[in-house]
Amino acid sequence: MFYRETGQFKQNYAADSAVFPILQDRYGLAIIMVIAFVAIPMFGSEFLLASVMIPFLILSLGAIGLNILVGYTGLLSLGTAGFMGVGAYAAYKLSTMFPQVNILVWILCSGFFAAGIGVIFGLPSLRIKGFYLAVATLAAQFFLQWCFVRVAWLYNYNPSGAIEVPGRTLFGIAITGPMATPVNRYYVVLGVVVVMTLIASNIVHGRIGRTWMAVRDMDIAAQLMGIRLLPAKLLAFAVSSFYCGVAGALMVFLWLGAAEPSAFDIKLSFLLLFMVIIGGLGSLIGSFMGAALIHILPIFIRALPESLGLPVAAATVEHLTYLIVGALIIFFLIVEPHGLARLWQITKQKLRVWPFPY
Amino acid sequence: MSLKKMILALSAASVLAMPAIEAANAEDSIYVPLFTYRTGAFAGSGSPIADGMHDYLTMLNERDGGIGGVKLVIEECETGYDTKKGLECYEAMKPKKPVLVNPWSTGITLPLIPKAAVDKIPVLSMAYGLSASAKGDVFPWIFNPPATYWDGFTQILNYIADQEGGGVDKLKGKRIGYIYLDASFGREPLPLIDQLSKELGFEAKLYPVAAADMQNQSSQWLSVRRDRPDYMILFGWGALNSTAVKEAVKTNFPMEKFISVWWPGEDDVRGAGDGAKGFKTLNWHAAGTDFPLIQDIQKYVVDAGKSQVSDKSKVGQVLYNRGVYNSMLIAEAIRTAQEVTGNKVVTGEDVRRGLENLNIDEARLKEIGLEGFTQPLKLSCNDHNGHQSNFVQSWNGTAFEKVTDYIAPMSDKVIPLLDEDAKSYAEKNAPWPERTEACDAS
Repeated sequence: MFYRETGQFKQNYAADSAVFPILQDRYGLAIIMVIAFVAIPMFGSEFLLASVMIPFLILSLGAIGLNILVGYTGLLSLGTAGFMGVGAYAAYKLSTMFPQVNILVWILCSGFFAAGIGVIFGLPSLRIKGFYLAVATLAAQFFLQWCFVRVAWLYNYNPSGAIEVPGRTLFGIAITGPMATPVNRYYVVLGVVVVMTLIASNIVHGRIGRTWMAVRDMDIAAQLMGIRLLPAKLLAFAVSSFYCGVAGALMVFLWLGAAEPSAFDIKLSFLLLFMVIIGGLGSLIGSFMGAALIHILPIFIRALPESLGLPVAAATVEHLTYLIVGALIIFFLIVEPHGLARLWQITKQKLRVWPFPY
Repeated sequence: MSLKKMILALSAASVLAMPAIEAANAEDSIYVPLFTYRTGAFAGSGSPIADGMHDYLTMLNERDGGIGGVKLVIEECETGYDTKKGLECYEAMKPKKPVLVNPWSTGITLPLIPKAAVDKIPVLSMAYGLSASAKGDVFPWIFNPPATYWDGFTQILNYIADQEGGGVDKLKGKRIGYIYLDASFGREPLPLIDQLSKELGFEAKLYPVAAADMQNQSSQWLSVRRDRPDYMILFGWGALNSTAVKEAVKTNFPMEKFISVWWPGEDDVRGAGDGAKGFKTLNWHAAGTDFPLIQDIQKYVVDAGKSQVSDKSKVGQVLYNRGVYNSMLIAEAIRTAQEVTGNKVVTGEDVRRGLENLNIDEARLKEIGLEGFTQPLKLSCNDHNGHQSNFVQSWNGTAFEKVTDYIAPMSDKVIPLLDEDAKSYAEKNAPWPERTEACDAS
């Protein structure tokens, strides 16, 4: 009834092929943006900003990066955390070598380093596919993590072997380090994530995205149609690693504040892969939904007993959280194997014909 | 349909069952969060410590009604030894105005170090964390008593020199193996080893163990068998300790020459069977229950069913008593803060002063009910550590027994390194704030 595009006539091709062709969707997006940019910083507590929203946005960005590779191009990768680490360590090295340059510039630049490493490890993807590629990227994960531990130059020979984030400012406002308030950090992260999501949306809806999807659906057919496989696949690796690298740099500089190499271990790779699979392969909104389910839901469950006043021990809550989240993941995968994004699409379809379904 | 009904019924039940308990009045209580881990790969070490910390503070509430008449609000937050979850815990409890935090993980301590001064929450990282944070003039908000890892490492070297029949010159030409958790914690002594091996002329062999393969150390011990070190030094945590002891027994490494820093507990060693006899660790406090205070804990907390210990025999184990020691420091810091500031309900700023003025002497230990439990500890504005001496304890098959007197660290080697490291930390993290907190003359 409310969600129906009756009467919305498209006057030109641009309007017809828009990312959000329905007016209600555009309103919805605007409302989400207002909530994200105005309501949450105004009314949200520090905990909501620092421990829920910032990690959620950063993980979403990482999931978008992985989704470009796994969801859009069909190349299975387990090296995501390694590529995120490359971004983080690159940003750390650059910002300690050239402290005069704005940290935001270095965070974005670190993506190029991750992209370079991603391309190198993406080279085998022309010859190997599926599970075998997963193993090859797994090697990248282990090798990169080994570098973070062993190459002392990467962490400036700190005795602790960890990288610590120095305080940096943007227009005179502290955005990293201890003086940065969660609100400032949130705005920086939100800005970067929104802009990069917009760019990703343009890439995947354009010629490049179609190339990737053709490769995903059947690479021999794509080749016959004139798509050169090696550049297409390497571009996917580069763009995906760029996103992961920026997400990794954001993770260390604006979320954790200091990181050991173990922050980029295989668990993070799996976590991001789960986000992509549960959220929906080949869907940007799915990346956000997956990140929300995997990151925000456990926090919510953990806070539940306390807010209800039930005296449950912290360790028991932790065990329960694992149980419930695990069960929910299986539940969602059974109900909709194509992920939350598909579920959302079905809901939209039903809403369009509501209340008179046919 | 039935599933829907079930979910509905469940949610309805949970809402109805909601008891009308509201949070205790925050005005007249002191909030002490405990970062613990009873889950995950490190739960084996984390659980007894969590129990010890929790039970001591609960006992103070039950027996004395808190500290100085102010009740303590004790809340555990499960970190799973995971830095991200630890930070989440920190953010979650920050609005409740904690008087101090104990991260119980070097990985969680590191990001908290710069935050402490801003949030005005002192960090008590008891014998872990950043060694350089012993320097109170650079790190006014961080405390790591009673000894740093560097102290511990040199104490082990001193002990080895002693076994070889004399001074540190006896270390010359010895081959010393170092097996460690390949994370911030285990890597901390590496610069020290680098320097000391040159100065004292021993040969260091490094055997890093990644956290992911803690339980698979066969390759490291194969190298040990090949290298035949004269002594082995262990810096491990969680399952790493138990696996290392088991592997050492399997490779027939002479256990009396296998010495660990202070982290292994009874459960880590017992699994290796009789072969583990003679395995040694450093320690700075007694095990067992022969102290009036531990007996009070048994009486007021454990027997009253207010503890989470799985088995009453766990009370008094090395790591349980380690947790008790940690909580003793918390309690004494709060008590000292009350004395110094005159406030009953203390804040983080007060407790920071309390920690700096901490002076637990023999008389005070007796008053607490821990006479002979440990050495006196005194901190000051510049010294946030104490660099206390430790003794060596040996496993006799059923319990650890003290085999040496207190061994002093090589302070002449450690202190200059600490100064240097603190300076380099401040430089790397420029602009590092100058200490502005006034020092109570004491």
